[in-house]
Amino acid sequence: MPQASSLRASAPVSLGSQISVNNVSKSYGAEGFAKQVAQNCSFTVDRGKLTVMIGPSGCGKSTLIRLLAGFERPNSGTITIDDKPVTGPGIDRLVVFQETALFPWMSTYDNIMYGPRARGEDTPEMRDFAETLLQKVGLGAFRKKYPSQLSGGMQRRAELARSMINQPNVMILDEPFRGLDAMTKRLMQEYYAKLYEEFRRTTFFVTTDIDEAIYLADRILIMTNIPTQVRTVIEVNLPRPRNAENITESDEANLIKMQALELLHEEAMKSFARGSKAAVDFIEAYSKRVNKE
Amino acid sequence: MNWGSTIAIKTGSFIVGEDFWRGVVAVIVFLLFWETGSRSLGWFGFAFPWVSQIPPPTAVLRELSQLIQEVSFWQSVYLSTLRVFEGFFAAMLIGIPLGLAMAVSRTFNGITFPVFEVLRPIPPLAWVPASIIFWPTQEMSIAFVTFLGAFFTIVINVIGGAQSIDVRYFQAARSMGSSTWDIFRRIILPGVLPSIVVGATVGVGITWAVVVAAEMISGGGSAGSMGGAAGGGLGFFIWNSYIGGSYTQIVVGMISIGVAGYISSAVIRKVGELMTPWLAEG
Repeated sequence: MPQASSLRASAPVSLGSQISVNNVSKSYGAEGFAKQVAQNCSFTVDRGKLTVMIGPSGCGKSTLIRLLAGFERPNSGTITIDDKPVTGPGIDRLVVFQETALFPWMSTYDNIMYGPRARGEDTPEMRDFAETLLQKVGLGAFRKKYPSQLSGGMQRRAELARSMINQPNVMILDEPFRGLDAMTKRLMQEYYAKLYEEFRRTTFFVTTDIDEAIYLADRILIMTNIPTQVRTVIEVNLPRPRNAENITESDEANLIKMQALELLHEEAMKSFARGSKAAVDFIEAYSKRVNKE
Repeated sequence: MNWGSTIAIKTGSFIVGEDFWRGVVAVIVFLLFWETGSRSLGWFGFAFPWVSQIPPPTAVLRELSQLIQEVSFWQSVYLSTLRVFEGFFAAMLIGIPLGLAMAVSRTFNGITFPVFEVLRPIPPLAWVPASIIFWPTQEMSIAFVTFLGAFFTIVINVIGGAQSIDVRYFQAARSMGSSTWDIFRRIILPGVLPSIVVGATVGVGITWAVVVAAEMISGGGSAGSMGGAAGGGLGFFIWNSYIGGSYTQIVVGMISIGVAGYISSAVIRKVGELMTPWLAEG
């Protein structure tokens, strides 16, 4: 339970937990028709770091999210958090999904205060923290509004606040900015990068946007297509606080981007060879890009 | 239709657009047709089929203005309204908890749902004879039948509403540390509220239909033994008017029931809107 002092934004106390995924396999469907989504997949989500997972479409990222969150169990292998096995959903691992899961019948403020109230922590300190978060995500004027009265970007920010108030040891985000227009997306990424840098704790972030990945990540996991495994781990040592303009100019960032795109292209080719239609667009775009340079 | 939208733009009024004026014209034409048809024998020398048997709107209005001064008419209105009230609220009080229990507990659902589904297709009016036999007083037998009308609708809507709550709300609530009771109180109850409103709006309409028919069939309940138009509710009033040959009163009765039903639904809908503010266009 967070102490009053740890709620002050300026002093991040805990960096969060370490998650270890060991030889996890997961399939769906009945015997004989089983679809193997993950096979002997292993990786770590390092303590206090922002790990971004990127992979071809349909590579099982959402499945891995559900396994990490504890909504489902792997068929084999283990997932541990600080060396303790994950057995179900919990306050130590909160997920922000791509489609908003804000409770439609509660105001923004009540949504944010949901977690603390559920655990009987409706204290003055908690309410202060809710106010702080509301201001930090730029929703101070919208605390009484219902989710249906918020724009897409505002809903995402509200969900971030709703998760963060519970100070989870691990924050899991499943393509949270997908579907937003380009300007809003940039705005969300900036808000989020600032939030992460201020309340630094273990984060697992899934996206298909390579620019977003490089802008946010401390390390990037590039996945194979299904059955999914980690293809490569790229350490992103760009300085913090992150600055979007500097990253566009940065040689290191562009190298990372080329490396990532090449790997994703290889995986898309394999996927295409197996008949996947989703890979076709990526391959076409990649060839155009490579042939132009 | 181009000329319609042109008129709306020309008058510059978007609040009262072409749809409203079309409606007004349609109602006026309908009334004119009714009046002409009813008086066709007198005016044209030959009778329009069917319409000429019905009293004209002007006669109905005259009858209405006389009737609303009579206490017995309002007694009928009061009796029917009371029965609708009783049946509807009983259906809500029993139906909502039952529906919630069936949605939440698989065991309870397994026990109750088969019986429920076997009884549901039986129309409430088919219950009237059985109801008269089993209930001690005639008033209670009418109340039971009106209860059934709304009951099944409300339960079905509650179950459907609870099952259509997005599973991700439960996942999010669980992740944030909600107990089962907390989830019931803060996720299921508000989540099911829109469906309850739908069930209630439909249910009150069904209740009115059943009350009127039940009154006709069972002879108006305990007040039906009084002669003339006194007592028995609006259904009995209509039936009595038919027996007594006062066809104008029949039409007045029908209109009265229509108005009462409309007011009931409008009240329920308004209450429903107030209870679900998050659904408002904003």
